[in-house]
Amino acid sequence: MTVQVTINGDRRELPAGATVASVIDSLHNAPEGRGVAVAVEGEVVPRGKWPSTELRDGATVEVVVAVQGG
Amino acid sequence: MNTPLTIAGREFESRLILGTGGFTNHDVLGSALDASGAQMCTVALRRLGGGRDPNHAGSILDVLDAAGVEVLPNTAGCYTARDAIVTAQLAREAFSTDWIKLEVIGDDRTLLPDAVELVSAAEALVEHGFTVLPYTTDDPILARRLEDVGCAAVMPLGSPIGSGMGIRNPYNISIIIERANVPVILDAGVGTASDAAVAIELGCDAVLCASAISRAHDPAAMARAIRLAVEAGWLARGAGRIPRRRYAEASTPDEGLPVFHTAAS
Repeated sequence: MTVQVTINGDRRELPAGATVASVIDSLHNAPEGRGVAVAVEGEVVPRGKWPSTELRDGATVEVVVAVQGG
Repeated sequence: MNTPLTIAGREFESRLILGTGGFTNHDVLGSALDASGAQMCTVALRRLGGGRDPNHAGSILDVLDAAGVEVLPNTAGCYTARDAIVTAQLAREAFSTDWIKLEVIGDDRTLLPDAVELVSAAEALVEHGFTVLPYTTDDPILARRLEDVGCAAVMPLGSPIGSGMGIRNPYNISIIIERANVPVILDAGVGTASDAAVAIELGCDAVLCASAISRAHDPAAMARAIRLAVEAGWLARGAGRIPRRRYAEASTPDEGLPVFHTAAS
């Protein structure tokens, strides 16, 4: 069983039951701790809920980090 | 400078806020930050791995943390209140701060604020407990509306972002300052040190500067120049400028002027 999700614009196939936490772990360059945030379907998922937030089939995930700007 | 800048109860010795956009690398940013004396810097949020240089990801916070400055996240690139609100919420999660520099732009050529979306986003974010510092036009009525919905400061543009054209409508900026009960921070348009001095002399509480420093030939030198200009503007403002006159007023007295030739013959 797998789910199709879109992570930062890229389609990915993940095992069913994949969570936000497992997605973050799978991304290299993801900074430890401060400076990263996640939205699923346009809703922010607080860090504390990453391990318990499962991604449903078709989910859109945005993972953002701090960059120069403003 | 003797009187600290106070925004939402927080005090800053420096009246220069550094925008971090446009620096060629983090070393240049670090040296400019040091030279600027700024105590608060903006950062943006972008997709992980989506930047031009993935090595930049994450590490800008190391630069800012090493300098001991406050992070002011922005909503740069948002065109709608809805996107700006989600971005602000992401920023709060990423940086553990309720402060947000709210930018909601109308198009990508002028980068001018979309007034309708801006006020809507500001109102919602204030309701969600954010300390909102909105990038706005030099329209005094819009500035008042932003203050009315609870913004902690207003940040009118001097001229479009990155244009370096200075303050195109000093009269409007003055009206905003006269009527505001929150700090007025000139945002956008500063091209060189004198523009920053003018902003502070006009009565702005602070200046936010990015491109003028980051895109200067020598960013650290320009950072120092603008820092000194802000201080000079503050001193000049306190000292009180002379009134403008259309005709000369001699500073040398006429009394005792020697007469070398008689009018006779």
